[in-house]
Amino acid sequence: MSAIFGKKERTTLIDPLFNNNPIALQILGICSALAVTTKLDKAIVMAISLTIVTAFSNLSISLIRNLVPTNVRIIIQLTIIASLVIIADQILKAFVPAISKQLSVFVGLIITNCIVMGRAEAYAMQNPPWESFLDGIGNGLGYSMILIILGFFRELFGSGKILGYTVLKTINEGGWYNPNGLLLMAPGALFIIAILIWLLRVWKPEQQEKE
Amino acid sequence: MIEHYMALFIKSAFIENMALAFFLGMCSFMAVSRKVETAIGLGIAVIFVLVLAVVTSNLIFNYLLREGAMAWIHPGLANVDLSFLSFLAYIGSIAALVQLVEMFLDRFVPTLYSALGIFLPLIAVNCAILGAALFMEQRDYAFGDSVVFAIGSGIGWALAVIGMAAIREKLRYSNVPAGLRGLGLAFILTGLMALGFLAFSGIQL
Repeated sequence: MSAIFGKKERTTLIDPLFNNNPIALQILGICSALAVTTKLDKAIVMAISLTIVTAFSNLSISLIRNLVPTNVRIIIQLTIIASLVIIADQILKAFVPAISKQLSVFVGLIITNCIVMGRAEAYAMQNPPWESFLDGIGNGLGYSMILIILGFFRELFGSGKILGYTVLKTINEGGWYNPNGLLLMAPGALFIIAILIWLLRVWKPEQQEKE
Repeated sequence: MIEHYMALFIKSAFIENMALAFFLGMCSFMAVSRKVETAIGLGIAVIFVLVLAVVTSNLIFNYLLREGAMAWIHPGLANVDLSFLSFLAYIGSIAALVQLVEMFLDRFVPTLYSALGIFLPLIAVNCAILGAALFMEQRDYAFGDSVVFAIGSGIGWALAVIGMAAIREKLRYSNVPAGLRGLGLAFILTGLMALGFLAFSGIQL
């Protein structure tokens, strides 16, 4: 039995950040990554909710992995994930109602976020609970990192603010900065994520695709 | 009435395109848009399941979950509000529906089954389907509205994925910078397509 936080566990936690990032390499969970990043606070709330849901769904699925018949596993995974998301949604509604309203349907869409399902299927079904929990946190963090970077740039250059505080004073408010409205719309998010992936793959050439 | 439905259709298919304005169903959008043929298969499957799923969710929401919806069963249930269960009810009904459609096609329309077969399980976790059901709840669509909305957004999603696949097939002959190959370029292309669809947002309905 290895230590509770040995080398293997550390790799499980850190690997999804750069080497095996769920969004940039595994193409998982892009759906919500883009829609909630117009503002940094929305992105952070979404990132925290997703990390917690992934970690606990991995934990619970790994706990019951030897009891579940294979042909009904998908529906059982979906039920567990949906229940966790309902809890997350109720907590958000109770404590941050304003942000919960802005996130609208995207909290519910954590259920179909492929990161949660993908990690449950690919990792938690084969590994013991503690490693699965760490894997959930790690993948959640990899997702959070991309989300927060996106949210930062989109809010900064799209509206000249960070977390609602003015950094670049816009012309409308008597400043000098002419905000780039495109960044707040759908295409802006796609372009920024493309640039991020490009940079990551220039830094780590082994992730490049051969097509 | 017809005008109202037409406006809703145009809005859901083009102005608020599921894939290009809300980024829904992006995972399968990226994964399956390598060949036009498979993109068409997936597109049709999505339209089909999306309509069935949204209509079912609409009935579930209006007759079981929303506040006071269960009064038709027993007057004592008039104050029950189960709307917090909507996520679970929708995803459950979508998964069950996909399974039923799969079995039905396998038994009665084997040609269609062999064409759509591999895509159907994928669709159960396609965010566009659940997203459409949740939008239906949030915007409080009536039954007729939800049918039109589902057809519109299904067609819009299918159009986007087929167009994307066509562009990517052409791109196979071009020389792309190594780091941008595959996923990176796919995002830029989607961005350009989204930019094109932004032009629809000026339409006054």
